[in-house]
Amino acid sequence: MGEELDVSCARPVSGAVGEDSPETAEKEQQEEKEAKNMIMVGRKAPDFTAPAYHKCKFVNITLSDYAGKWVVLCFYPGDFTFV
Amino acid sequence: MSVDSMFVHKMWDETELSKMVDGGIPFPMLSDGAGRVGTIYGIYDADAGVETRGRFIIDPDGIIQGYEVLTPPVGRNVAESLRQIQAFQLVRASKGTEATPSGWKPGKPTLKPGIDLVGKVYTEWKTDMAFDD
Repeated sequence: MGEELDVSCARPVSGAVGEDSPETAEKEQQEEKEAKNMIMVGRKAPDFTAPAYHKCKFVNITLSDYAGKWVVLCFYPGDFTFV
Repeated sequence: MSVDSMFVHKMWDETELSKMVDGGIPFPMLSDGAGRVGTIYGIYDADAGVETRGRFIIDPDGIIQGYEVLTPPVGRNVAESLRQIQAFQLVRASKGTEATPSGWKPGKPTLKPGIDLVGKVYTEWKTDMAFDD
């Protein structure tokens, strides 16, 4: 599932290097607000799109593409850690 | 999902995880470079620069039904996550007419909430049912 990505070293950025554009700062504020308000059982899971490795491909994964399915979203500290 | 890049995910799957799981990890390994998604979900540790062990069960309507967050040194119990998913699926299939009491697992009795059950739960559920057989 998801759109396949070109393999490159570029990362999506906005604004000048080392300087947040007003748009980014505004977005961060909004995200902080979301962080305080949005996680609660019985409420909608915040949607996101993130790059992923899946079965030998690099793809973009969007949570809302999984509507109609049960999803387990797992976070963990890091690859090659022990637990 | 972790803060590692999808490139590191690839190498981890190829060099290590595929030796634990035949064919490698079957689900997408997501990358959250700056911890943005983890921050929104409230599990990103900005001081350490890593995600903590957060696990969210999201139903077909996109509703978070349950979550669990552990500090990094302690691993999850996958069987317990599966049990919770089975319980949420049963409740959903019953359209809320059934509930799973403490200790429920597939095959054990459910409760049918309603006016007749008020004050009578002891007739349906015993404390030893909270534990595995």
